[in-house]
Amino acid sequence: MSLTEPEHLEERLPSKPPLRDDTKFATAKIAFFQYLAVGVFLFLISGFWDLQVRNPDVYNEQADRNRIKSVPILAPRGKILDRDGRVIVDNHASYSLILSRENLKPEHIRPIAQGLGMEEQRLEWRLQRFSSRPKYEPIIIKDELTQPELAFVEAHRDPETFPEMELIRAQRRLYPKDGLAAHVIGYVGEISENELDEPAFISYDPGDVIGKAGIEREYNKILMGVDGQRQVEVDNRGRERRAWGIKEAVPGKNLQLTLDLDLQVVGELAMEGRKGSVVALDPRNGEILAMVSSPAYDPNKFAGRIRAQDWKEIAGNPDNPMLNRAIQAQFAPGSTFKPFMALGGLESGAIDDNFRVHCPGGATFYGRFFKCWVKRGHGTVDLHNGIVHSCDVFFYNVGNRMGIDKIAEYAEMAGFGRKTGVDLPGEATGVVPSSAWKMKMFRQKWYAGETISVSIGQGALTVTPIQLASAIGGLAMGGVWYPPHLVKSETATLKPRLGKINPEDAQKVVNGMWGVVNEGGGTGGRARLPGISVCGKTGSAQRISNELAKGGIPHNMKDNAWFVAFAPCEAPEIAVSVLWEGGEHGMLAAPIARDVMKAYFDKKAREQKQNMLADMKRGVPTLAPAIPAKVPPLPPGAEPQQSEEDLE
Amino acid sequence: MAQYRSIRDLDWPLLIITLIICGFGIMQIYSAAHETQWDDAWWKQGLWVGIGLVIMWITARIDYHTLLSRSFVFYGLSLVGLLATFVIGKQVFGSRRWIPLPGFHLQISEFVKTVIILLVARYLAELKSDRVEGRDLWKLLGLVAVPMLLVMKQPDLGTSLCYLPILAIGILLAGLRWQYIAVIAVVLVLVLPVGWHFVLKDYQKARLATFIDPDQDPRGSGYQVIQSKIAVGAGGMWGKGVTRGSQTQLRFLPVPHTDFIFSAFAEEHGFVGVVVLLGFYFVLLMQIVQNAQMAPDRAGMYICMGVCALLLFHILVNIGMVVGRMPVTGIPLPLMSYGGSSILSFFLMLGLVNSVRLWRFVS
Repeated sequence: MSLTEPEHLEERLPSKPPLRDDTKFATAKIAFFQYLAVGVFLFLISGFWDLQVRNPDVYNEQADRNRIKSVPILAPRGKILDRDGRVIVDNHASYSLILSRENLKPEHIRPIAQGLGMEEQRLEWRLQRFSSRPKYEPIIIKDELTQPELAFVEAHRDPETFPEMELIRAQRRLYPKDGLAAHVIGYVGEISENELDEPAFISYDPGDVIGKAGIEREYNKILMGVDGQRQVEVDNRGRERRAWGIKEAVPGKNLQLTLDLDLQVVGELAMEGRKGSVVALDPRNGEILAMVSSPAYDPNKFAGRIRAQDWKEIAGNPDNPMLNRAIQAQFAPGSTFKPFMALGGLESGAIDDNFRVHCPGGATFYGRFFKCWVKRGHGTVDLHNGIVHSCDVFFYNVGNRMGIDKIAEYAEMAGFGRKTGVDLPGEATGVVPSSAWKMKMFRQKWYAGETISVSIGQGALTVTPIQLASAIGGLAMGGVWYPPHLVKSETATLKPRLGKINPEDAQKVVNGMWGVVNEGGGTGGRARLPGISVCGKTGSAQRISNELAKGGIPHNMKDNAWFVAFAPCEAPEIAVSVLWEGGEHGMLAAPIARDVMKAYFDKKAREQKQNMLADMKRGVPTLAPAIPAKVPPLPPGAEPQQSEEDLE
Repeated sequence: MAQYRSIRDLDWPLLIITLIICGFGIMQIYSAAHETQWDDAWWKQGLWVGIGLVIMWITARIDYHTLLSRSFVFYGLSLVGLLATFVIGKQVFGSRRWIPLPGFHLQISEFVKTVIILLVARYLAELKSDRVEGRDLWKLLGLVAVPMLLVMKQPDLGTSLCYLPILAIGILLAGLRWQYIAVIAVVLVLVLPVGWHFVLKDYQKARLATFIDPDQDPRGSGYQVIQSKIAVGAGGMWGKGVTRGSQTQLRFLPVPHTDFIFSAFAEEHGFVGVVVLLGFYFVLLMQIVQNAQMAPDRAGMYICMGVCALLLFHILVNIGMVVGRMPVTGIPLPLMSYGGSSILSFFLMLGLVNSVRLWRFVS
């Protein structure tokens, strides 16, 4: 039976053992397979016999009856509340138009589109997009109908004109006007084709409205309810004959943020007309009290299906209002980095209390002259004065002694160079340069000269405003960094990151920051608050190198103004970072931080007074008034009382 | 070498039946997908069949022993391809199965089927003993398990299961002690519940649960099965005619041009059409079996029977799903379901069968 010659085979595959050519041994088994195949085909045919021949009428009737119309019942999304339970994002009742496609006549598309003020092409495109969905599912073609549109639908949806149209009630998103907290909240929109392919959205259908940005996206699962359905049987003219069943919608859950609207409003007003960001948080637990990014946009424009011209306006704006600067802007921190340099210098042993530097207005390192921001110099400077007067030469020396990798170690300890993990999508990491980083990015060795710029928060170092607020808050707490967040987790308590630092060293840095605000000649005097001890640090960070700037500085390349602060110095309750892009000098950003902190302490005092009054009404004896005691400003170098509990 | 590779010696009956089935497929794709976003699918499918014929002819001209001797190279390439799918693969509906190429999405796992056919044939043909011993069994299982797990991870349970019948038919033909068969049966019984808990994803569990009781979830996973059964039943004895099936045309039937194409066919062509089409599939299988019987050597026989077993498995699972006698697994119906990778892969296999056949004419 075999026509081949084994020798021939061996020639072809010399290294292999000869392939066996007797196939007779399998004859019986192949026959067995043939019987198996016959069995499989009979099994399949019997299935068709059952369905198609024995009782086709049952299925025929079912197929005819299969003209179910299912009308969606849209679930309202949960509200978003601030920390006091005030509603930030609400819903409003509106009407949406749905189109049933089973009896849609193609010639009706044009008049319906015209009546709704839609482009005919857009409507057709939408029908095309849903063409693979079962036809008994109507599709939403327009949300938030206006009065004239409602009138059009009401006048024409009778069986004689356009029976395809039907109105359903919907709860649509209502965002605060003027973009209040727009970047925090985000917005919702219809799920896109690409999102449908992501595993996170596997159970979603085309047409679903989901969170696209901010809290709306991060907590979409909580906020989004489950749509219900009303199924009705319709006859071949589309008229409802019998209700089949109703599945009620499950509304989404409300979500309470840690955000305080009072502080948020103050921050936004202070940033009005400026580009930048304000982040205020409670360093004792990481709760974010205010997060401002300016300029903002109006999320209401996104709430339904955004109009093309609105989108162009927002996306084409050179100031990029869609950017959440609080978590996405990455800039050199400038002198606001100096407190972390001071802490790192003390901790690493690079400097001690007796370390002093003479500042003649600049210094030469590795053959290059680096100037101090004060031309005539600061004279002899120690750590405290180095921070108070923000002396560059002092910190050049600190950085030079530490070396880049030690600087990177302490910067990373404070949380720079990686995401803070805040519960918002799209957070940026910033950059903490180190010799390993440069090798990885540029395949080049680190040059010691580059360390000098990093020492004063320039060079390749970049941070985000939220990193800075979180970092300074943790420093104020003596090295306890709580992850910043906007929603209190009900299940897990957030664990702080503990820095292994000596509380005394942190205290020295805090004293310096107290001096920045409260001592004569300090750069942050504008952040002073009567009765509250404020610690702060200014920063004026270059956005382009000095060489480039010689030909005149274009307006959009002016120095960024930074200010970081916390208060009260001895037992911090609030930490703030302010970024004003192109604000030129950090001292000009200080009043913005002051306003936010003032709002916080004013509110606290007001609440304490109200509580006291309430107690008095109920007759509870109040021994001592709960008005905050006026804390006299600390003399420089004095040890403020810091409770040990806070450090644990 | 060249004188026996003549077009005249190809397996013409096999080719004609193949083209008839493909023709039914293209017609059904047109009928089911016109007026939707896939209204260009039917002529694209025609294009794939054309390219498939070329690939088949090229494969038939290559001596299959050359391919066998390189089967481990192909195996290595397959693993690389599957790993690459994880990295650069395009995600659709939550699984990563396709590598995007210009104008085409390549599904590596489809082509791995051919590689496994070659690999199993090569391994078993080189066996010295008359039976598969335990050691060989484990080796083969291990070799097949690696790509299986990779495909399962995509996740694509249906395609990964397709690799098993190739292995099973090979071992069955090579011979196995009954003790081993018993051990395999016991292991399977033990593995199934573990797999249920740790391997299957929720949607896969739901599919199996609705296979047992479709009415449990009539608008969810059971929906597809119920609608498919209604479509088949509504077809009756003679069918409703091309583009006339209401289940198909009103989109009650899910994916009527890919996985549920046979359901759409059954609605529009009825029981008579079903029997005719199944008859063609049966003749196709028997034609390949004949090639196996006439194969010049064991390796050739293993190749033909591997192709056969794979086709039978596909037909059983896909068409069984259509009548509600198999769970929904999402594997295509050979030669009919729309999809370039699947069509090319089956034509590649038919090319192999022809290559085995042509070897007989060497003198």
